[in-house]
Amino acid sequence: MKTMQILSGAALAALLGSTAMAQTELTMWYHGAGNQVEADIINQIIADFNASQSDWAVRIESFPQIAYNDSVVAAALAGNLPDILDVDGPVMPNWAWAGYMQPLPLDAAVIADFLPGTKGYWDGQLYSIGLWDAAVALVTRQSTLDALGLRRPTLDAPWTGDEFMAALDAAKASGDYEYAFDAGMAWTGEWYPYAFSPFLQSFGGDIVDRTTYATAEGALNGEAAMAFGEWWQGLFANGYAPGTSQDPAARDNGFIEGRYAFSWNGNWAALGALNTFEDTLFLPAPDFGNGPVIGAASWQFGVSATSAHPDGAAAFIEFALQDEYLAAFSNGIGLIPATATAAAMTENYAPGGPMAVFFDLTAAQALVRPVTPGYVVQAKVFEKALADIANGADVADALDAAVDEINTDITRNGGYGH
Amino acid sequence: MATINPDNHGLRLILRYTVLTLIAVIFVFPLVFMVMSSLKPDQQLLADTSSLRAFLPVGDISLNNYVAAFDRAPVGLFVMNSVIVTGVTVVLSLLVCSLAAFSFVFLNWRGRGVILSVILATLIVPFETIAIPLLLIASKLPWIGAEGVTIGWLNSYRVQIVPFIADGLTIFLFVQYFKDLPGELIEAARVEGASWPQIYRRIVMPLAGPVIATAAILKFLVMYNQYLWPLMVVQQESYRPVMVGLQYFFQLNRAWGEIMAYLSLITVPVLAFYLFLQRAFIASIASTGVKG
Repeated sequence: MKTMQILSGAALAALLGSTAMAQTELTMWYHGAGNQVEADIINQIIADFNASQSDWAVRIESFPQIAYNDSVVAAALAGNLPDILDVDGPVMPNWAWAGYMQPLPLDAAVIADFLPGTKGYWDGQLYSIGLWDAAVALVTRQSTLDALGLRRPTLDAPWTGDEFMAALDAAKASGDYEYAFDAGMAWTGEWYPYAFSPFLQSFGGDIVDRTTYATAEGALNGEAAMAFGEWWQGLFANGYAPGTSQDPAARDNGFIEGRYAFSWNGNWAALGALNTFEDTLFLPAPDFGNGPVIGAASWQFGVSATSAHPDGAAAFIEFALQDEYLAAFSNGIGLIPATATAAAMTENYAPGGPMAVFFDLTAAQALVRPVTPGYVVQAKVFEKALADIANGADVADALDAAVDEINTDITRNGGYGH
Repeated sequence: MATINPDNHGLRLILRYTVLTLIAVIFVFPLVFMVMSSLKPDQQLLADTSSLRAFLPVGDISLNNYVAAFDRAPVGLFVMNSVIVTGVTVVLSLLVCSLAAFSFVFLNWRGRGVILSVILATLIVPFETIAIPLLLIASKLPWIGAEGVTIGWLNSYRVQIVPFIADGLTIFLFVQYFKDLPGELIEAARVEGASWPQIYRRIVMPLAGPVIATAAILKFLVMYNQYLWPLMVVQQESYRPVMVGLQYFFQLNRAWGEIMAYLSLITVPVLAFYLFLQRAFIASIASTGVKG
């Protein structure tokens, strides 16, 4: 009997082995190493996909997020890219332009209901698609609004710039807070353009002129940008917000410790606030005259330019776009599902859920960062300019210098293909 | 109040040791902070940073951060990879660079001065400037292994080892040290009929303990702290070293306790290497019988 079991097992193993042999291997790189919850979900999707058909077998290699982009660029130089890549939304145009990625052969109908920020288009073609998006809100408490005598802004009637500053004045005058506003200056890097360029856009400026993508002149140093710069500097010069020397620990815990009345923060940090204060509110961005704006686009999946199996890679990506997986990512790591139907399946983003407002904010206010290969440079220039202004640099000089640097980079790269 | 004078030897001794102890404490503080923080939950860790409690094992102390660090990343694998890469590179580097220096100092061949100058000139070239050309070369090099001939060295130990075996600084250290060795020893050995390999193995290297220790320490630190190069050439987790592994802990919400636990763990090989070399250094001085 035991011999029969062993023989049966061997036969089954051989059968499974031959099935596996028939599958063409697709390699995939992912940025989530070190995040066990994320790894469990992506591994489950891969296991489900591999078991669902006999043509393709996806094998994943995970990278720590901080090292991911550099690893991909180095691998591209060495001709060692995988079939499937994940890419940060604003970086995608650069990788597409540089020849690291190829258009994603996905039927438009499949992603028709996806949030706009999850769709990665470059040069008129879809290159990447995200299973989730991220959003930023003005975090505060109802009790704070009540104590300061402030109206609660809504999506339809957000605070104007004047109302926002009046709120900061009230919080500052109350003496109850170390600072009225926590912009999150301790978070450097992509946080700056992601979180702060929407303020600039709400003033009417931008990082670069999006009509041509050939210059930042006028967009980043015009009247609107100057007004934004003066306002931005005033936040720190007038003691409304902690500046670039903010302690990272204060950024992480300052709001829940009651040190800040208002905090500009993302949906990924929302649960911490909700768990601390039952009356936590996530308010829409203020309108500084050109409409309220928040950033959009998070990590997305695409196909590498060197993949010999774009059809297989696309098949996997389409498989991963199922609502159950979008909901799993949302429940696991707090991200905003890409579709309303997936949001309805989640704990936090379902209608009436504690974080449903983020889905509405994304749908109503989100604007993707400049869709240009030059963004990777422009983001760093913008970050430096904003830090300099926050530290007291002359606004006009800082913005002019940023414009010069961005324009020089655009010229050096032949206009980046626009 | 007592004054310091030649007759007040005891007081001077106390003062000297007080100053030395203070300096030692200052140098040890970061390590103590790291280890103590690795035992605390994040909130307590951050709260303690503003007081001396940061250096004391007080409050909610546990090994939870270590358990979490092992759950988050294959710490043992990363340490093993770094120890393999660093250990092999240090040994091969000492061998190759000492042989090169021996040749420059003791052998008489045309052009050695020029070539040594060229090698020394490489000291002013930052690695970042040659990283990409090196990457392109490494990605196209052939290798003969169990799978036959393959092209490309990426995702291997050898790609992390071979480019760093020979370097200008290590050769320079050996050259300087060899130049100061008593020439009479070498001449006597030649007169006695010793070959150059025998002189290298039996006379020069046994006298080179201090420079071996110095070069080994410097090389060890450089290799153990490698980040950029392995980031570029290793895409598979199975070959990742500790410094790339450190990035596993820098998520959006940073787990500082786990970071401190990971740092404490990866510091162990460094401390062990220092202790080992400290003994080797003393032994080498004692065994040579040559006084400087």
